[in-house]
Amino acid sequence: MATLDFTGLTALPAQVWGGVRLVPLVRDRPITDLRLHARLYGDDGESVVALPASAAYTAYIPHGFVATWSDAPAATYGTHLTSPTPASTVRLHFHRRMARREDRNRLRFLPLHLAMEGYLALHFNGPTVLWDEWSQRAIRRGLSPRSEQAYAGAQVEGLADALKLFEIHPGQCGVMLYVADALAAAFVVPHPDDYRALHATLLLDMYGELIHHYALLSAPVPAFHARLNETYVESLDDLRAAASRQSAEWTSFHSNTMATALLHTNYDIRRVHQAGRYTLSRFLPGFRPKEENHIGEVITDQRGRTAYLKTFRLSESQIRRGHLLNTLAAHDWHLGAAAESLGIAPAAFTQRLEAAGFAYLLREDVLARHRAESRRSTTP
Amino acid sequence: MDRLTAEDMLMFVNAATTSTGQREFHSRAAEQRASLEFLHEYVAGNYRDLYAAVLALDINDLNAALITRRLLATSADATPEQRALEGRLIARRLVVMPPQRVYDLFHDLRRAGVNNRRTRAIIRDWLAARPDQAFDAVKYRLGLKRALRHAHLAPSRVVDEVLGDELGTFLFRTATPSRFRTPLLDSWRRAHYEQAAVYELPYTVAEGFATKHGIDRAVFLSKIKPNLTRLESLRLHKSANTDVDLAAMPLTRLATYVLSLPFAERVDRRAELTSALRAAALRTAGSHAGEWGRVAAVLDDSFSSYGSGVKRRRPLAVAVAGHYLLEALAGEYFPLWTSGLDDPLMSHPRGATPLGHRIVDALSHDPDRLLIISDGWDNAPPGLASEVLRVWRARLDPEHRVSAVHLNPVYDAGDYDVKRLAREVPAVGVRNAEDLPTLVEFARFTEGRTGFASLSAHFTDRVTRFLEPA
Repeated sequence: MATLDFTGLTALPAQVWGGVRLVPLVRDRPITDLRLHARLYGDDGESVVALPASAAYTAYIPHGFVATWSDAPAATYGTHLTSPTPASTVRLHFHRRMARREDRNRLRFLPLHLAMEGYLALHFNGPTVLWDEWSQRAIRRGLSPRSEQAYAGAQVEGLADALKLFEIHPGQCGVMLYVADALAAAFVVPHPDDYRALHATLLLDMYGELIHHYALLSAPVPAFHARLNETYVESLDDLRAAASRQSAEWTSFHSNTMATALLHTNYDIRRVHQAGRYTLSRFLPGFRPKEENHIGEVITDQRGRTAYLKTFRLSESQIRRGHLLNTLAAHDWHLGAAAESLGIAPAAFTQRLEAAGFAYLLREDVLARHRAESRRSTTP
Repeated sequence: MDRLTAEDMLMFVNAATTSTGQREFHSRAAEQRASLEFLHEYVAGNYRDLYAAVLALDINDLNAALITRRLLATSADATPEQRALEGRLIARRLVVMPPQRVYDLFHDLRRAGVNNRRTRAIIRDWLAARPDQAFDAVKYRLGLKRALRHAHLAPSRVVDEVLGDELGTFLFRTATPSRFRTPLLDSWRRAHYEQAAVYELPYTVAEGFATKHGIDRAVFLSKIKPNLTRLESLRLHKSANTDVDLAAMPLTRLATYVLSLPFAERVDRRAELTSALRAAALRTAGSHAGEWGRVAAVLDDSFSSYGSGVKRRRPLAVAVAGHYLLEALAGEYFPLWTSGLDDPLMSHPRGATPLGHRIVDALSHDPDRLLIISDGWDNAPPGLASEVLRVWRARLDPEHRVSAVHLNPVYDAGDYDVKRLAREVPAVGVRNAEDLPTLVEFARFTEGRTGFASLSAHFTDRVTRFLEPA
């Protein structure tokens, strides 16, 4: 368990367009020995990612990132051209693993899908203790297949315009994306040039149902206008000082109020790949219901500072699923104990599992009995 | 009532100066059009006299055409005196408008079914006053044909004798005679089968014939060179290797051209381009050169100064042209670009807009005049420019020792005006940097300190000057 380390990253004033607020993050010193560039897989079809132990991950994956590292400062690897494919066929891309070393110092990984796979694989093997209530299917196959839905950035109302009109700051290495003032995503890269190249890929990323709905229903959010107190301004230097104070105030307001749920939370961080002095990891939140929960992936240097970060905000139902699974796992998959820890009856807990889409884990007769029980308790 | 009128008119003048109905960085073409349409309807309905008088100001051609069209379409609402003045204003305006736009306007009138006696008279007079009607007949053949048809004019009523006989044949008859007596019309006839005659025609017409004859592009461009207009030769500067007198170009046009060049070329031709820009600026400044004292300018080269695909780098070009003009006008000059750039020749739309911080920097040079050329989308942090200007006016310069003006090249469709930074600083729309001295003078009206009477006097004065025979 650890928090994300944003040392060296400073939030600058936000730019607002409609319901979307973009907060630029600049780096004091860009990282030159780790560079990212995009690899586009095109818009034609789904991708299958083969995972170790004969599991497969199928998703619409429009792009991937390639990280290059070296001891000396490196340049981005460059773009590549693909030959056009016939339009009549649906092409399936096959990728081997989420993160794959392509060369001695080059790593290809699928942004967000790496994190999403971590979330889907949460307690994927099913019950660890074979209590009576669990169905044969849960015992044999675990939670497989698990699926989650998300929206492509292009479907999020107003996001395309907001990204297009955004004015990238010099030295900008990241952005915090708010939709209707809910933190939708954080994106950090090592170098300003990488950011400039990857800015548009935010539109190719996936966003949860919550963000999509917020964007659709949100009224335009107001900009945080600067306010100066003229009482103490006696000279131009006072005015200058008051103006620069605005920036500092905004920076602390942003990290302590707006982004606090992302930055000041403990995450379960799991290492995926070691690349020189950098570590690619993915992280899962504590799945606290009715709070902000982000999953994501992060590249950190040997001192734990963030070189690359990409997060996905979980929707309420996704948080609930994670929360239920975590609760079960914490109580060795014992229904009664898990229900007790939440302060509810086993029948109510079963209903929650059912509502979360995990009914198939329980035996039919257990389900029926609990349904009847809860009916009896609700009807007087 | 008077204050409201003054505010409405200032808003309208700003819109008519800046909006071209095209896509801008922050709004689509349809939004611009709809917003402009509403504004025209509102102003024409409430202040018809002033609406017509705006034709005498430095508004852009689209709005001049829109005003003309609306005035002609609503002739019935005007009193005879109004009509007389409107007629003179329209006639004068059409003379200074580019002919292709006037022909487009006539076509619009035709489509809108506006064909009252006044309209026909205006078309007749304009056509009769054209300097070279044979040239118009060849270059704007369709436009002229439509105009004549719409105004029910026999060609002999607008042109001299020889051409009068032939123009009807040229425009309306399908069978061409064996020869025309007018040389240009005859060149056009011969150009159908004779390659040499192609080079006697205007470039746009010749281009079509060149394709028809399959003339090699390089050969064609080298031979057509003498017939190019000034703008065409600037556009074909590289491909046709034309001789362009850059210094004779209008300043903003020149700035647009410079910004369209790749960085490497700008570096190679630095001396040539800089001297051309300086010369054009000095020519524009005229007798006022060096008279403005200490001038500090905040110039916007943020990403939004890119404009849009159809108005590429227009706001930046205005800022660059403004930079050179202010350099010529000022005794001492302090330019401050939002990106921190110090070489305007290399400017490029990039980065955020920290207007507030730059204004503080500008004020620290203790200027006599502060000019801000920006689209007004202050975002690093948002609203700081407004606050800085407010506090500065309230605490540090309450007696208006420094004159401050915000020049905005972009029309904000949502506000029906250009985006202003602060109430304390007047904002005026700017189309060409050449109008900058006039606009700065005009800006005092938007400050809210001069009333409707002086604004009205200003309008009358401009109308009188506009109608004086040049």
